[in-house]
Amino acid sequence: MEALPARDRRAPGALAGDGGPAIVVDQVHMAFEQHGRPLHVLSDVSLTVRQGEFIALLGPSGCGKSTLLRLVADILQPTRGAITVLGRTPAEARRERALGFVFQQPVLLPWLSAEENVALPLRIGGWGRRHAPAATPAELLQLVGLDGFNRARPAQLSGGMQQRVSIARALVSNPKILLMDEPFGALDAITRDRLNEELLRIWSAVRCTVLFVTHSITEAVYLPNRVVVLSPRPARIQRIVEIDLPYPRQPAMKDTPRFTEHTSALRAALEEA
Amino acid sequence: MTATGRVAAHDEGAVLATRPRRRESRLRRLLVPTLAVLGMLAAWQAIVVGFRVPRFIAPSPLQVLEVLRTQHDLLLDNAWPTLLETLAGFAVGNVIAVLIAIGFVHNRVFRQSVYPLAVTLRTLPIVAISPIIVLMLGLGFTSKVAIAALITFFPTLVNMADGLDSVDPQALELMHVLSASRWEIFRYLRWPTSLPYLFSALRIATTAALLGAIIAEWIGSNRGLGYLILAATYDYRTPLLYATMAVASGLALALFGLVSLIERYAIPWRQTSGPSES
Repeated sequence: MEALPARDRRAPGALAGDGGPAIVVDQVHMAFEQHGRPLHVLSDVSLTVRQGEFIALLGPSGCGKSTLLRLVADILQPTRGAITVLGRTPAEARRERALGFVFQQPVLLPWLSAEENVALPLRIGGWGRRHAPAATPAELLQLVGLDGFNRARPAQLSGGMQQRVSIARALVSNPKILLMDEPFGALDAITRDRLNEELLRIWSAVRCTVLFVTHSITEAVYLPNRVVVLSPRPARIQRIVEIDLPYPRQPAMKDTPRFTEHTSALRAALEEA
Repeated sequence: MTATGRVAAHDEGAVLATRPRRRESRLRRLLVPTLAVLGMLAAWQAIVVGFRVPRFIAPSPLQVLEVLRTQHDLLLDNAWPTLLETLAGFAVGNVIAVLIAIGFVHNRVFRQSVYPLAVTLRTLPIVAISPIIVLMLGLGFTSKVAIAALITFFPTLVNMADGLDSVDPQALELMHVLSASRWEIFRYLRWPTSLPYLFSALRIATTAALLGAIIAEWIGSNRGLGYLILAATYDYRTPLLYATMAVASGLALALFGLVSLIERYAIPWRQTSGPSES
């Protein structure tokens, strides 16, 4: 099960931007209109994400982390500045399905089974007919640890299992970049820890770039290569911290002095902001 | 993996545990209202007999039952046209309402111009519009269908428009990330989301459509349950009037039950279980 699609997944659909950075955010500024006045959410954010990198975006609630993620996914458009995804515009990247998005809620369609939910991206736009999938929906359910639940309806699954289905759905059109918006924020601590392990395992199998929004300091140290600490609104990049713990990471690492040093440094960076 | 298995086993246990309790409460749910109705009928019988209420003012349940038995040809002959008008009006009114509601979600200007008109139409009393419709469409089948359709139209329009709008904003974002077309958003998201709303409206529409057909028959007709109600009233054939009401009520209940039954098959995910059911 571990070894499942690892080798198949890198090969197909080599994009023009191969070798270049996965995401470039260049002096992006974002403001919404609220009660007739502009509400500044992001202020002069610049960031370069390498391919295959796991990046955590850490910041206080409501600071604009999710907005940044939505700008990359072309759900929102920046007021100023530019974003490049694999050498193209976010809209182009979206149309090529280079992006997978995992929301805070699982957002499963209750009338579809787990497997049908995973297959939904293949049905839309006839994607599945025009592209050979690297892994079938059933294989992806296996990858996220839901073997045997193919025909279960979302209402029959626990919150953690639903979020696993939504991760499988995000992976089904073989994206180069996985955008995750506090995917485990609504889950209890035990389920959350378990899904952190699973996510690292899936990431090592799929080897895509991950942009992971969180407000948990532990998650922000345990999962990524680098942490981007954002200040309160309007968010600017407070600090970027390299996490030098080796992969594969083990839960026991959370008790090591190095881990604690990182969490303290992040806490200090958040307080400074 | 084992952990997941344990979660699942736990969930299944929860589902199994609730099952016997459900069956027990279903029996109670049937028994209690049946007893209530029987009790009411018995009280009615006792009052009519005990106070010697004249037959033409209020017949006893047994007298009504007698009419249902002896005159069931007359009742059936008149129930048939009313049923046809009801079904046709139900179909026409709901189809138009659903189509307009679909138009609402996809075109703002259409919504802003038609919605106020629909609300205004609703504020006009149906008993006042009905003669106008009869004047325009004549005394035949068409005017009855039109009135039944008109009375079902508004609740379905409002419910369906709400249903199509009640889509989770994150699900719309998901569709955007997948570059879904408007048609795909409608087909995969809006339409299934709206079905529970639609069926709530359809259940209301069954009784409303029958009411519309009966009102239409009052205005001008020589057959149908509406006609029979008027005729029985003018002739002081009160037991027949009550029997006609019983038939009308039976028809409405049957249609209501039929829609509820179809709903069970059309929206199976609604009964699946627990938290999403509200």
